[in-house]
Amino acid sequence: MAANDDTLPVRTGFLGWLNKRLPVDAFIRDQLTGYFAPKNFNFWYFFGVLSLVALVIQLVTGIFLTMHYKVGEATAFDSVQYIMREVPYGWLLRYMHSTGASAFFIVVYLHMFRAFLYGSYKAPRELLWLFGMFVYLALMAEAFMGYVLPWGNMSFWGAQVIVNLFGTIPVIGPGLVEWIRGDYGIADATLGRFFSLHVVAVPLVLLLLVALHLIALRQNGSNNPDGIEIKEKKGADGRPLDGIPFHPYYTLKDLVGVGVFLIGFAIVVFFVPTFGGLFLEAPNFEPANPLSTPDEITPVWYFTPYYAILRAVPDQRLGALLMALSIICFIVLPWLDRSPVKSSRYRPLTWKLALAIFVVSFIGLGYLGMQKPEGIYVLLARIFTVLYFAFFALMPLYTRGESTSRVPERVTFSSH
Amino acid sequence: MSDIAAPANAEVDQDRRGFLTFATTATGVIGVAFAAVPFIESWNPSERARAAGAPVEVNLAKIDPGQMLTVVYRKKPMYIVHRTPEMLAALPGHDDRLKDPHSKSSIQPDYAKNDLRAVRPDFLVVEGTCTHLGCLPKARFEKALPELGADWPGGFQCPCHGSRFDLAGRVFDGSPASTNLRIPQYSYPNDQTLIIGVDATTGAA
Repeated sequence: MAANDDTLPVRTGFLGWLNKRLPVDAFIRDQLTGYFAPKNFNFWYFFGVLSLVALVIQLVTGIFLTMHYKVGEATAFDSVQYIMREVPYGWLLRYMHSTGASAFFIVVYLHMFRAFLYGSYKAPRELLWLFGMFVYLALMAEAFMGYVLPWGNMSFWGAQVIVNLFGTIPVIGPGLVEWIRGDYGIADATLGRFFSLHVVAVPLVLLLLVALHLIALRQNGSNNPDGIEIKEKKGADGRPLDGIPFHPYYTLKDLVGVGVFLIGFAIVVFFVPTFGGLFLEAPNFEPANPLSTPDEITPVWYFTPYYAILRAVPDQRLGALLMALSIICFIVLPWLDRSPVKSSRYRPLTWKLALAIFVVSFIGLGYLGMQKPEGIYVLLARIFTVLYFAFFALMPLYTRGESTSRVPERVTFSSH
Repeated sequence: MSDIAAPANAEVDQDRRGFLTFATTATGVIGVAFAAVPFIESWNPSERARAAGAPVEVNLAKIDPGQMLTVVYRKKPMYIVHRTPEMLAALPGHDDRLKDPHSKSSIQPDYAKNDLRAVRPDFLVVEGTCTHLGCLPKARFEKALPELGADWPGGFQCPCHGSRFDLAGRVFDGSPASTNLRIPQYSYPNDQTLIIGVDATTGAA
């Protein structure tokens, strides 16, 4: 955006001194008060800002937990108990961090679903989607390694299962597993490196990716429920006719969403922090024991769809491959969807049906990933796995030359 | 100071500049690759971890027929089963229900690559980690256990994903694991002693 100084307030005194040295006013104008977002945002547009809120909660609580946590085979489990029982408000910090992890995934999954719904991953926003997917991958690595740190029995066996997945890679697999663990089993060395990655390396990468995600967002502006580019219809003043300044309109709207989110977050933290074993699993209240497997190894809920895919396949190498592929599918999504129209509002029933099947499959797999793999559950997991991959693999076919309805020139909006 | 004027474009030797750019980049890349070595190497098992992975000796007199002893070698449980003649007699009866009855695609030393998967028939030595995802299979030695069916010949069942193995560590059809239980290197220095981690071919591990 051209920096016309006549659009900036005239500053004297300290603010004048400051702005000569740091473009505070120009930043506020370019990124907030002069950044125009579509005026027809709906409920689904809360989840981007809520992801940022979750990130901040995790960073702040994580910094304080690190002050009391003691990494090491012999000390990790006890230090978490110490945090829970003896550190003033330690229980609150830890429950905020454990609930924050699940909350992060809830808002990120809804944020991703919004992109499916309104085609936010389509041109010119493919890179925006790609950075978002890398954030998601970093988040999964962060969550997995964070789950190992309390060194409970599920931490240990979860790490065992996930690290052994790398052992299914031909030729280099076994050596790679030993390298990742730094020992002949999941051990002190493994815990140490996961701690370092969880606390320093991955958060740095995550922040960088979030910054890139936001920069890429600003480049083309937000998509909207109608999936049309507001920058194509500008008034005489050069402002998009269907846009409103991000501040104060959306900052205040988002503030309401943040308030509602925090109410729900607080209810979970104070009343149901384990969420019936979904957020904190029962076997993790026992210390890690390399000689005793928990009766049933299941990951935390946000990984269960992929875990169900892994278990649905009778061959372990193929299972691990499909699991990796199921995540890669998301990454290549912008190039699979060939429809010229972004928003589901103007796309045919075939697309809506496909999307509905995918959502049911994903949630179904998530449920099955928490159940014992026996009887009808195995068959259902296989069916959902096929549907999951069919949604992506057949997408170029059923979206090409789709009979879309007419997309309006301007966004559909009615003031309340 | 004399004025240094930028050369006009025509005076630039593009070939020379291209070569220098390439050479500088290549040197940088090679330098970074070498600098990465200590960081990557630091993740390998340390000297202490290697020392802790020393061979384990077991006194076989402690294991009664039909019983199992678990010892830890390199952080992994090793199951030592003293197989009774009845157990051995039941082994050949179910080859058609096994994924890999002759251990063709399973991991074991050559001296244990036989149908009993052992050096001595009376002792089975296997790594007690499921070849699916590393959980510990549980001992289910009684025949025809109700939850495992009337044709259950006795063996191991993994509590995680239900993989089943017979008393030679061979995997049954319908299990998520694809290969038989792994067998470590081991040898018998004398009749009553088993040593895991050392065999005739390696001398010492």
